[in-house]
Amino acid sequence: MPEVRITVDGDLVTDEVEARLLLVHFLRSNANKLGTVVGCDTSSCGACTVLLNGRSVKSCSILAVQADGNSVTTIQGLAGEEWHPVQEAFKECHGLQCGYCTPGMVMSTVDLLSENPNPTEEEIRDGLHGNLCRCTGYHNIVKSVQHAAELMKGGSK
Amino acid sequence: MIPSTFDYVRVNSVDAAVAALRAGGEDAKVITGGQSLLPLLRMRLAAPSILVDCSDIDEMQGVTDNGDSVTIGAATTHWAVMHNDLVKAHVPLLAKATATVADPQIRHRGTFGGALAHGDSAGDLPSVVLALDASMVIAGPDGRRTVSAKDFFVDYFTTAVGADEVLVSITIPKLGAGWGTHYEKFNRTAQGWAIVGVAAAVKVEGGKIVDARIGLTNCAPVPVRASSVEAALTGTSASAAEIDAACASAAAGTHATTDLGADKEYREHLMRVLTSRAVAVAAGV
Repeated sequence: MPEVRITVDGDLVTDEVEARLLLVHFLRSNANKLGTVVGCDTSSCGACTVLLNGRSVKSCSILAVQADGNSVTTIQGLAGEEWHPVQEAFKECHGLQCGYCTPGMVMSTVDLLSENPNPTEEEIRDGLHGNLCRCTGYHNIVKSVQHAAELMKGGSK
Repeated sequence: MIPSTFDYVRVNSVDAAVAALRAGGEDAKVITGGQSLLPLLRMRLAAPSILVDCSDIDEMQGVTDNGDSVTIGAATTHWAVMHNDLVKAHVPLLAKATATVADPQIRHRGTFGGALAHGDSAGDLPSVVLALDASMVIAGPDGRRTVSAKDFFVDYFTTAVGADEVLVSITIPKLGAGWGTHYEKFNRTAQGWAIVGVAAAVKVEGGKIVDARIGLTNCAPVPVRASSVEAALTGTSASAAEIDAACASAAAGTHATTDLGADKEYREHLMRVLTSRAVAVAAGV
């Protein structure tokens, strides 16, 4: 079996894996990152979104062997001493109900704001196009992203 | 959903890819981003014996300027294509259409060449390369050959790329001054495939359309040019009424199907409406 070396939330995780192992299963089973969830398992919902070398990807749609030699950030790698501003904003604005889509929503938001620190509402909705939420109707999620953008401009946190 | 078992090899040259495909036999399969392939693997609609990962081949990455054309490596991601300055300046239609492909996560991983070689009739990019008269370089055991976009797409999920071949790059002529472009797409839900899409490029001089290229998405097993509309537009004034009249024949030569998303008649209606809209925007009307 191929051996993969993937940096997950700053720690190198090395393991022999089957070529067919999906990255999301590697993260959950081999790297013990249970914060990253399997949602639809059809590339649609985005609940499994992580950052691969800093860019958002759906970890159910990547093989672990494809990520060999690369760096992954999961929802568990965002916070330092304090929560990441995006996590803080989702809490503050209650950008969730059941919370299942939230790890993916947060990771997509981190990517969106890194590319566009001042998104319009339309840009937020378009930027979260790959993440489905079946509870909220998205209103509080959009508010959370707007609040996160404010927090990340510095100052108001 | 777990894919069936397969072997995997990551190669760093086109020659190595071709050798690996040849050694792997007819069930060997190229993977770059895998954003079309992974869903098929998980649903076991595809069961390759070996995946040959071509995403690390330098020659298949990036965009180069050839003077009158640009060449895009087949393994360049959608995200890289739509943000590339050469593409934005010289092939804006491709940048616009790519920005509508799937969602941000998939655009970060999925590749231009992969989307073309996948040959999905509902994919947005085949109609763009057809409209722009692109050509593709395909490498195989007997060397390399160049195939024009009109010969590249053969049937549903079938292209000119053979089982032991790799799509290396895509060359797209620059349109030059006076051309405007637009990609118009209609779907009913977020992430939905285009029910119909229209890639339009028109050249306007002195208030008249002097040249037009229209590619249609999801109107046949392969992307098609709306040739009768192109002919009807040439010489007309760039006005909403004349454009609309010229686009009445948009469904001519198409082979639309009826499926859950739309029936044939509705698709043909969309072809006319969306072609008119796309041309109007491209012409600056």
